[in-house]
Amino acid sequence: MPVLRLLPCAGCLLHTTCDRARLFRSRPGLRSRPPGPGTPGSAAVAVRASGIALGNTAPGPYAGTAMNDFPGAPATPRDGTRLRVLAAMSGGVDSAVAAARAAEAGHDVTGVHLALSANPKSFRTGARGCCTIEDSHDARRAADVIGIPFYVWDLAERFREDVVEDFVAEYAAGRTPNPCLRCNEKIKFAALLDKALALGFDAVCTGHYATVVVKDDGSRELHRASDAAKDQSYVLGVLDERQLAHAMFPLGDTLTTKDEIRAEAERRGLAVASKPDSHDICFIADGDTQGFLAKHLGTAEGDIVDESGARLGSHEGAYGFTIGQRKGLRIGHPAPDGKPRYVLDISPVDNTVTVGPQEALDVTALTAIRPRWCGTPPAGPGTYTAQLRAHGGETEVRAEPVESPDGSGLHVTFTEPVRGVAPGQAVVLYDGTRVVGSATIATTERARPAEARPA
Amino acid sequence: MAYLDHAATTPMLPEAVRAMTAQLAVTGNASSLHAAGRRARRTVEESRETLAAALGARPSEVVFTAGGTESDNLAVKGLYWARRDADPRRTRILTSPVEHHAVLDAVDWLAEHEGARVEHLPVDSFGRVHPDALREAVERDPGDVALVTVMWANNEIGTVMPVRELAAVAREHGIPMHADAVQAFGQTEVSFAGSGLAALTVSGHKIGGPYGIGALLLGRDHAPVPLLHGGGQERQVRSGTLDVPATAAFAAAGKYAAEHREEFAREVGALRDELVAAVREAVPDAILGGDPDPAGRLPANAHFSFPGCEGDSLLLLLDAQGIECSTGSACTAGVAQPSHVVLATGTGPDLARGTLRFSLGHTSTKADVAALAEAIGPAVDRARTAGLS
Repeated sequence: MPVLRLLPCAGCLLHTTCDRARLFRSRPGLRSRPPGPGTPGSAAVAVRASGIALGNTAPGPYAGTAMNDFPGAPATPRDGTRLRVLAAMSGGVDSAVAAARAAEAGHDVTGVHLALSANPKSFRTGARGCCTIEDSHDARRAADVIGIPFYVWDLAERFREDVVEDFVAEYAAGRTPNPCLRCNEKIKFAALLDKALALGFDAVCTGHYATVVVKDDGSRELHRASDAAKDQSYVLGVLDERQLAHAMFPLGDTLTTKDEIRAEAERRGLAVASKPDSHDICFIADGDTQGFLAKHLGTAEGDIVDESGARLGSHEGAYGFTIGQRKGLRIGHPAPDGKPRYVLDISPVDNTVTVGPQEALDVTALTAIRPRWCGTPPAGPGTYTAQLRAHGGETEVRAEPVESPDGSGLHVTFTEPVRGVAPGQAVVLYDGTRVVGSATIATTERARPAEARPA
Repeated sequence: MAYLDHAATTPMLPEAVRAMTAQLAVTGNASSLHAAGRRARRTVEESRETLAAALGARPSEVVFTAGGTESDNLAVKGLYWARRDADPRRTRILTSPVEHHAVLDAVDWLAEHEGARVEHLPVDSFGRVHPDALREAVERDPGDVALVTVMWANNEIGTVMPVRELAAVAREHGIPMHADAVQAFGQTEVSFAGSGLAALTVSGHKIGGPYGIGALLLGRDHAPVPLLHGGGQERQVRSGTLDVPATAAFAAAGKYAAEHREEFAREVGALRDELVAAVREAVPDAILGGDPDPAGRLPANAHFSFPGCEGDSLLLLLDAQGIECSTGSACTAGVAQPSHVVLATGTGPDLARGTLRFSLGHTSTKADVAALAEAIGPAVDRARTAGLS
């Protein structure tokens, strides 16, 4: 090498070649991809063979070999063809490993990245991201390494209508939506799944942490992931049985930490191994939710009042608050008892935010709308545990489906009062690890009424 | 595998591979004065002469570049700057709405950053610019036109433009005209001398040569402002050490393309006609894009719109059957947009989303067409079920 460095011009080419060769040597994963230990189907490294056709009935190269079906995923066809799987690839590490595991299990996997922004930014600004050109590129690179075809599907219009506009409208109505849940319900397991099925795929594969269990009668149940810390069943609770029947979650039954998923990605030569996790709302690129809402809803000054209706301060838009919020109230003076004040109620009609002491947040019951049941809806009241927000804990409840002129609903009574229940969030009911159903919180019943202010 | 995307790139000809590999291990910078340099220079100049002969140009009119995109940018930006510098009134660019992005975006950039006023000449339903339309646009004020740039043949729908007639209009008023002939070279007769053009773009990898090399044929009266400054190679217009193996291979491919053009056009044209008939039989409501008259379109091009289908869906379904083609439209972040070419021909936006381009080349066979004939009907049926999302 030092000799080559002395050569002008023609040497440049050799320099580059040498550097590249060294790069490959130091990163064996790019060339050979030994399947990681402990991964399902590590004996069958799937390499997409040319001529394996979507809808082709000719036996695939793994026909006759035992394929590893992921729990609850559609069963491998018995006629020797392979399961046709569409892997949604965000450009992150989880969905890349999920797609790799699905391919390794012997399925006929095609990767697809969903373009959800009409005007994608070129690069991420921070840790978040599934909506930039760079994310799309990362997903494509992962698909190349796995050896599967890859496409980008433009679902920006559907996403804008079903997720972004809903997000804004919910805040405008004084509620706190969960856009990830909405995206699963309306985009990944509706728009994407429908298109996939129409094009001849059998299943949609994602990097979610949740488990699907098939009962003896063939019906399906959604359960929490084996690793409770990573469980994402809360944002999948909106899926009905038909959607579950076409879902594949290769990470759901894995008892590995995120570090181990990263290590697996590294072993597989997936460059996304070291990519940061996304935490925030993907369509708010700079993470400034308030700024995003202000841009869409404008500013409207209103009052911050206490439970008696006395004016304590002002705000620039009631949508900027969430029930249970303590920070950012910007009330100049402390409460008489010196204790912190929390957002108790948001009233978009008169643009008023009511604050009060923590104990006033105690909720004894709630009603929820638009229930979706995983399987048969319960006939009457039952005892369950409930989760009220993403990454939230469980609490014991009695829940009962109710019918009203407005449609189906759910009434939930808490065994012990709970705090910080925000309308717009989902209440997901569990029976043990099993997801029973999900509904959107509409109203709450307080241990002491918050609306004490004059009408 | 049925490779029906030769307009994207076509396999290297054995002649080109031989010419390239013969040079790869040979040392020599064509600008050096010693024996190794002289040897490299000789190879480059012989390549230049060969390519000039293949394109009806003088050797001194061949400026090697890194490809079609660079040639287009050099012609459009360089001629604009030079013409505007000579007379600040000249800021109007006359072009077509069906240009390749290498021209389209270069022109748009000039409008955004260099004060250019862009006028898109009208096209007919085949995407063709008519000389009368150019004359009308020029004669509105011949003194403010910086340049005319209209492609020789369209890369998506294959329509061949009346380049000589267009260039004649520009010449009457002393306005330089550039044409992107990347797709035309090798398929239709391209003679620089006979064209009346000031500048003409060709590319290596579209004619069986290597990637990363192209040329701008540049009349000797024209001195575009360079994009790349440096050692002053290529008439001071395009600095940078010459890629000797690539020039040799490009010349070999160019020679082959010119010598075999008529025979190639006849054979590939017959195969294309077979493909068009097969698609029409399988999908009777498929709409052929571009000029249906073989005299007015590239012999290797077939382009269809499939009502009710998403081009992306068709691409996925055909790819899964081992058939490789293109939607023909440009991609931003991999997201397919309706093609600007198809929209410019007056096609509605929904129909414009369901287009596929099949392009043939020197390795195409009847078996490729047969594979498509078998797959296209079911693929269209399925894509229609998926609909327009």
